[in-house]
Amino acid sequence: MLEHYLSLATKSIFVENILLAYFLGMCSFLAISKKVETSIGLGIAVIFVLTITAPTNWALHHFFLQKGALSWVGLPDVDLSYLNFIAFIAVIAAMVQLVEMIIDRFLPALYHNLGIFLPLIAVNCAILGGSLFLVERNYNFGESVVFGFGSGVGFFLAIAAMAAIRHKIRYSNVPQGLQGIGITMLLTGLLSMAFMAFSGISL
Amino acid sequence: MSLISKKTQHILKDPLISNNPIGTQILGICSALAITVKMDTAIVMTLAVIFVLSLSNTIISFLRKFIPTRVRIIVMLTVIASLVIITDQVLQAYMYDISRQLSVFVGLIITNCIVLGRAEAFAMQNSPGKAFLDGVGNALGYGIILIVVSFFRELLGSGSILGFQIIPDAAYAAGYSNIGLLVLSPGAFIILGLIVWIQRTISKVEEV
Repeated sequence: MLEHYLSLATKSIFVENILLAYFLGMCSFLAISKKVETSIGLGIAVIFVLTITAPTNWALHHFFLQKGALSWVGLPDVDLSYLNFIAFIAVIAAMVQLVEMIIDRFLPALYHNLGIFLPLIAVNCAILGGSLFLVERNYNFGESVVFGFGSGVGFFLAIAAMAAIRHKIRYSNVPQGLQGIGITMLLTGLLSMAFMAFSGISL
Repeated sequence: MSLISKKTQHILKDPLISNNPIGTQILGICSALAITVKMDTAIVMTLAVIFVLSLSNTIISFLRKFIPTRVRIIVMLTVIASLVIITDQVLQAYMYDISRQLSVFVGLIITNCIVLGRAEAFAMQNSPGKAFLDGVGNALGYGIILIVVSFFRELLGSGSILGFQIIPDAAYAAGYSNIGLLVLSPGAFIILGLIVWIQRTISKVEEV
């Protein structure tokens, strides 16, 4: 049992990295990875929010939206799964707001560090993508917690590594036109190739 | 006299090359990469984005005087999510295979930065007609990049276009082989990086 979860965590962190293999969360990845400190802030915020929204959306899908889920109120034929998108995005927006208020109340230092990234996370593809993947792959509750956390850690690793690389190349002589997003895309390609070397690992 | 005035043409044509949403504004890259392994998925995705973006821009522009500024994000997301649900249901009904291949990426149009970005930056300030054209223009600009990326990935990665084999068998017999890397994710990053390079050199964009 534990092995299964461990292997799922490795898979979602390294082998099927949500950013480098599925391209989710690219927009904020490209925009934020200029500075190491802010990247780490965003990475932590993503881990936080993904770990919370993945199981919440799992529960929402499992108990309300999937086909036959409403049999406990006597409606066994109702299939509301087409409402998945709108329900998930509402949960994510609400959760982000809630997390923001809780952190502000109990961990003011962390709140200060995360700053404006928390509200922006509501429209990060990685968060919604995580929820949609766990529905598509039929994960159970435990798996969805592990998957959410693992994907968050994967995003964190990728953005922290990218910020460090971009910091390094700041004084390199990059051709005009390739500067900025161009070179970042090429570097991400190389990073993604490096992460592909993890495929084949299974615990 | 043309059917639409110069200024309106501008709204439509600008996002195609010089102010391309992917190349210049760096929006909507998430989905641009994942579904470009084959050309047919890229074309379907382009159509879906044209539909969602033009209609969401129009609807939000109609509603712009009634939306309170403080809750505008959630109102926009609701409009966009409803349109995406319609798109997804239509795809599942009429193009089931392709909708399987696109998997979660149809749903991810909701969080595609282009849609929300255009709603926020253009539709909230302009009349519905202009907002509609802006939506079509930006979606086409996005689609062009998708189709170009998928063209190269399918041609060089699988040796075919739209599923038809292009590279002749004789070439394979002579020792040519497909570049497998392009089918995998790193290939997408590298091709998009090169396209951005070319596009920025042509339109002379400076990174700020």
